[in-house]
Amino acid sequence: MEYILIIVSAVFVNNIVLIKFLGICPFIGVSNKVDTSVGMTGAVTFVMVIATIVTYLLEVYVLVPLGITFMRTITFILVIASLVQMVEIMLKKVSPSLYQALGIFLPLITTNCAVLGVAVLAVQNNYNLLESVIFAVGNSIGFGIALIVFAGIREQMELVNIPDAMKGVPIAFVVAGLLALAFLGFSGIV
Amino acid sequence: MSQWNNFSRGFFKENAVFVLLLGLCPTLGVTTSAFNGLGMGLATTFVLLMSNIVVSTIKRYIPDKVRIPSFIVIIASFVTIVELVMQAYLPDLFTALGLFIPLIVVNCLVLGRAEAFASKNNIITSAIDGLGMGLGFTMALVMLGAVREILGSGSLFGLKFIQGDGMIVFVLAPGAFIALGYLIVLINMINKREA
Repeated sequence: MEYILIIVSAVFVNNIVLIKFLGICPFIGVSNKVDTSVGMTGAVTFVMVIATIVTYLLEVYVLVPLGITFMRTITFILVIASLVQMVEIMLKKVSPSLYQALGIFLPLITTNCAVLGVAVLAVQNNYNLLESVIFAVGNSIGFGIALIVFAGIREQMELVNIPDAMKGVPIAFVVAGLLALAFLGFSGIV
Repeated sequence: MSQWNNFSRGFFKENAVFVLLLGLCPTLGVTTSAFNGLGMGLATTFVLLMSNIVVSTIKRYIPDKVRIPSFIVIIASFVTIVELVMQAYLPDLFTALGLFIPLIVVNCLVLGRAEAFASKNNIITSAIDGLGMGLGFTMALVMLGAVREILGSGSLFGLKFIQGDGMIVFVLAPGAFIALGYLIVLINMINKREA
């Protein structure tokens, strides 16, 4: 039951993009087409889950025993940056087709604050290993839902006639605001 | 004169938030009030200024292939400094900004300036650029924070001038997106009129 709560909370109530404002750059940047949004979601899910596991183990077995938790930020970002590189190299060898699909999105993920944010949040919430993994999965589903729904709306919006100054990014923000308003309706469920 | 250009560029022509759309996560996340925006902006300015200075100082000794990880380590060190200092002296602000303090590390603005500017220019120019960009970022955050605070809770920098609650939605998440959208529209119109 606890695990279901973590997932529902991460996907709907505290949606990582629309309520917590993490990962806004890819949310605005690559959400022009549904296809690219699906690719980005895949890449983020992959990296987020692995990064959360690795940073959790580091926190519990290295940082806390040595009493150097103030090094958390610097350690986590280095781990995530090298992890992204490693995943990229491995994918290239193991699964070229997957690499083709995710290729251009992988380097962008290093500076996606959602990955670092989830890793830090999982530690701050005192989750155990299983809970951290579920938390990461839930958050990547939430990221995916927000991104894909938003891309769908933006594809339709291409055809709409709006004032010049609103075109492109400004209208995207206003639509994102309305979407966030819809997600606000989920608050109070958990 | 050209130094002045380096400094002032960050405010309007290349404003990080309104024009380049960098560093959006903290922009939206912490601007529930003008004061939080100011605190976040100044913290980012400090990190940006110091990392620009250090990167431009040691750029000759960093091998090209590992330059991005090196920049990240430099930035992360300054972020840790900000984190510890703020926790010690401004605990209220630290709680309000929360997760977004460690996330300065992945603010694309800081890494972007290190890569695009500080790694190619001398120390003084880089410092001026960092300061200008940082203060431009701060200005954007304070503007957005002020709009949300005025509309959402009828106050500015904590001074209440309207009785009652105001439009709560502007303090909550959706208001951030909508307010920023319309601010960008405003800046677009001003820039177009000048051009």
